[in-house]
Amino acid sequence: MDELVILKLLQKGAEATISLASWYEKKVIIKSRKIKKYRHPQLDERIRRFRTIHEPQLIYEAKKAGVPTPTIFLVDTKNMLIIMEFIQGKQVKHLLTILSTTERSQLCFKIGVLVGKLHFYGVIHGDLTTSNMLLDDYGKLFFIDFGLGEKQNELEVRGVDLHLMKRGFQSTHNKFAKDSFKDIMSGYSNVMGKPFTTNILKKIREIERRGRYVEERKLK
Amino acid sequence: MINSINEIYCLGIESTADDFGVGISTCSGEILANISDGYIPEKGGIHPREAARHHAMVASDVLDEALIQAGIKSSDLSLIAFSQGPGLGPCLRTGATVARALAAYLNIPLVGVNHSIAHVEIGKLKTNATDPITLYVSGGNTIISAFNSGRYRIFGETLDIALGNCLDVFSREAGLKHKKGIPLGAALEKLALDGNNLVLMPYIVKGMDVSFSGLLTSAVALLRQKKYRLQDLCYSLQEIAFAMVCEVTERALAHTEKKEILLTGGVAANKRLQFMLSLIAKDHGVSFNKVPLEFATDNGAMIAWTGLLAFRSGIVTPIEESIVKLRWRIDRVDIPWMN
Repeated sequence: MDELVILKLLQKGAEATISLASWYEKKVIIKSRKIKKYRHPQLDERIRRFRTIHEPQLIYEAKKAGVPTPTIFLVDTKNMLIIMEFIQGKQVKHLLTILSTTERSQLCFKIGVLVGKLHFYGVIHGDLTTSNMLLDDYGKLFFIDFGLGEKQNELEVRGVDLHLMKRGFQSTHNKFAKDSFKDIMSGYSNVMGKPFTTNILKKIREIERRGRYVEERKLK
Repeated sequence: MINSINEIYCLGIESTADDFGVGISTCSGEILANISDGYIPEKGGIHPREAARHHAMVASDVLDEALIQAGIKSSDLSLIAFSQGPGLGPCLRTGATVARALAAYLNIPLVGVNHSIAHVEIGKLKTNATDPITLYVSGGNTIISAFNSGRYRIFGETLDIALGNCLDVFSREAGLKHKKGIPLGAALEKLALDGNNLVLMPYIVKGMDVSFSGLLTSAVALLRQKKYRLQDLCYSLQEIAFAMVCEVTERALAHTEKKEILLTGGVAANKRLQFMLSLIAKDHGVSFNKVPLEFATDNGAMIAWTGLLAFRSGIVTPIEESIVKLRWRIDRVDIPWMN
């Protein structure tokens, strides 16, 4: 791969290193799942291989569901890396705090619509944090990082997906977590319909109560 | 130790689970005493009522011993802190009763402390960490937390049982015994040292959350098959369970962009887990802070110190509000002293 020149390390995440590179004179992202020395080599190889193969498949499925994701150019299971489209944009994590209340509400609604589209199509993202959502310079919202995702239609799994996002908002964006989650769910409801959304909200409460230390344990 | 008139001494009582602990701290964070007496079940896990009975029996001796170690009299105390939750009801109530009685008798204020916050605060006191991502792993807790807008927020946690619980139940199934000074986890760790073949079991990570119940079921099933050496199963269980908490800690670290990792809780004693996390810290160029064992397991000193921090921020708990909170989440408590 002589045509590939790494330009800049963008992010060192939990499971992969994200770099900006030039590939056939095109700006691309390289997602490289490097060896994690803390993990047993056999376990490490298994996890990295599974996710390197699995993620592009899910990104493709998400695209089919109508959710903007980076286009995959190349999957290299020998070096455990994926070459994909570079999206010029900002992480929603950094945007939420600087938006006006209306803008934030609109963005959250949009997030909800995209999550709804994923779930409608049976795709579970698996790590719906605001680090994994990008807004490009044209206002188009992208979902990235499907490494923990799966294809699933079960209510339980969809519920966990949303529960994790809700908790993520509570920890990272506490000041407006409540409103944001409401907006997200109204966007979600737009795609999935009211009855299903009522059901899943009930499921989320059930999952929350299952946690170790939750004050409200009984169904109201 | 000589007491000065201006010094504030806080006595902290810890009794959330199997340990009854009493610690004494000064305002500057000097720990003058840290005494603990653990309940060891004859068989099985912690029986809450039996543990509470144990606490009631040893309370007075542990209190005396702590005062002697600190070299102060009970009349020198300015404040009583106690772990108000989360934990086992009967155990919490026993500690709270002792705390209320002391505060009323000595006519000094009472402060209810959140047990999980106390783990983080004593960890910060005893290491160089100031604003860490904390991995708190014990028999009852598995929490990845960090400070954000006024509180310790939960970034990741277990969706079902705690890491220590998973290891303990497996150990008991394997016939290991909890002895004084050698908890089940240590016995498991020792066996794991002689393991070298990885037996695959479910690795369950959901975002920044983990789930151990499937892993435990699988490990116990493999044990009953009698096809593998126990050492290899212990080794594999540790490798897989620890890799899971390490992955989510690393994810929370990348997400929050904090510069320190703090490891605490009973499972923090495990050398393999310490090593794995230290590798992550090194890889990200952040500091790794391991809380010394005496202060990583449940202890009274952490309650005393956190009680002081709260008291200095103007927090007291009137007796009528001192009811124990069995499921008191770490993210439900404001932390004014961090601002």
